[in-house]
Amino acid sequence: MRVAIIDYDSGNLHSAEKAVALVGRDRGAEVAVTSDPAAVARADRIVLPGDGAFPACRAAFDAVPGMMEVLSEAVLRRGVPFLGICVGMQMLADEGLEYRPTPGFGWIGGRVERITPADPALKVPHMGWNDLQVRRPHPILAGIPEAAHAYFVHSWQFRVADPADLVASVDYGGPVTAVVARDNIVGLQFHPEKSQRAGLQMLGNFLDWRP
Amino acid sequence: MLKTRIIPCLDVADGRVVKGVNFVDLVDAGDPVAAAAAYDAAGADELCFLDIHATHENRGTMFDLVTRTAEQCFIPLTVGGGVRTPHDVRDLLLAGADKVSFNSAAVADPDVVAQAADRFGSQCIVCAIDAKTVAPGRWEIFTHGGRKPTGIDAVEFARTVAARGAGEILLTSMDRDGTRAGFNLPLTRAIADAVDIPVIASGGVGTLDHLVEGVTEGHASAVLAASIFHFGTYTIGEAKAHMAAAGIPMRMA
Repeated sequence: MRVAIIDYDSGNLHSAEKAVALVGRDRGAEVAVTSDPAAVARADRIVLPGDGAFPACRAAFDAVPGMMEVLSEAVLRRGVPFLGICVGMQMLADEGLEYRPTPGFGWIGGRVERITPADPALKVPHMGWNDLQVRRPHPILAGIPEAAHAYFVHSWQFRVADPADLVASVDYGGPVTAVVARDNIVGLQFHPEKSQRAGLQMLGNFLDWRP
Repeated sequence: MLKTRIIPCLDVADGRVVKGVNFVDLVDAGDPVAAAAAYDAAGADELCFLDIHATHENRGTMFDLVTRTAEQCFIPLTVGGGVRTPHDVRDLLLAGADKVSFNSAAVADPDVVAQAADRFGSQCIVCAIDAKTVAPGRWEIFTHGGRKPTGIDAVEFARTVAARGAGEILLTSMDRDGTRAGFNLPLTRAIADAVDIPVIASGGVGTLDHLVEGVTEGHASAVLAASIFHFGTYTIGEAKAHMAAAGIPMRMA
């Protein structure tokens, strides 16, 4: 199995790579961080990490020639399992509103809006460990105990248009989207590579997933 | 519900832990990577490496440590000490740090925080503030390990760096650091209440009640400690159980 982690000069790829490589080792997976569309085209699993502001990430992604075409072809036409992490998950939306409205991939309907906790004492960014409230079962969460903790750090959240696309949320002065999924596409707002055992389990689940 | 974080901090010089780390089963207590792995296993919520003699010559040692830690620890790692430019931030992120902390460089020019936040996102930019009491209810920023006064008001400075895009403040009371007398609670509360971003309380922890007070009275989002954990006075598990018993939401291992 070939796993491509897309490098588009955004944030910390090292952590994601180390975590995917660790769970991939037992599965005979070949993990590569790459900005080469040809490598993404050959991959059996595709991971899109992302840290930073939505418009900057989108611009950095678009700056890789041919990547959008190859990614759409692989994920939408050939059904290659896709995992977006943090801003990589938010880019699945129709639009992000951070700084200015910026189009996302539009693969899962909805918008990325600022977190506005009902309790003004709650700080933004939402930073730290929060327990997942699972809305519907999904293979990415196989074997994850109830109310498992995941590590979040973000100020914006994905509000899905269709509630069926929402897999899990957390409570932070109201519900905050944690996991979205549709068909062969899954997105995690938190950092599985920084969420200890539960996070590694989810990354393993992603490699095992046969949507 | 979001949980309050406990962050052990390792002071590192020339690739070795400076304050002792006392763990059963730890073959080399001076190795930051081994200590980090032990804290990860013990249920720490994040880790912090502070390069206390950060010089150009020993940067490579720190990068190597960070890389090896990231291969074994799957919790967030903040690295500080000697971070001066967005380029330094990039090098540490590429080595495997999750967050990078500015200190003196941000005092000299708060714009460096904005430059780094614009490029890498606020989520990975921490601003460390070392403050000393100069009058009742007034705290001033000190740099160079607390030796150099700057005349800058700590609360004002916290607002400034938050507005420039810092994602978090690591606040150390220079009056309390190393005293084991507890956090400077008025300082902690003044800064935590002044900014919208999370504040990590640091400096002075001697008992588990001090950790509780940092949150309940200091309004901190996270508590950082070194000695009480390194010397084995308390385990991370004991600290979490104590804080949970006081009604603070904690992530229990």
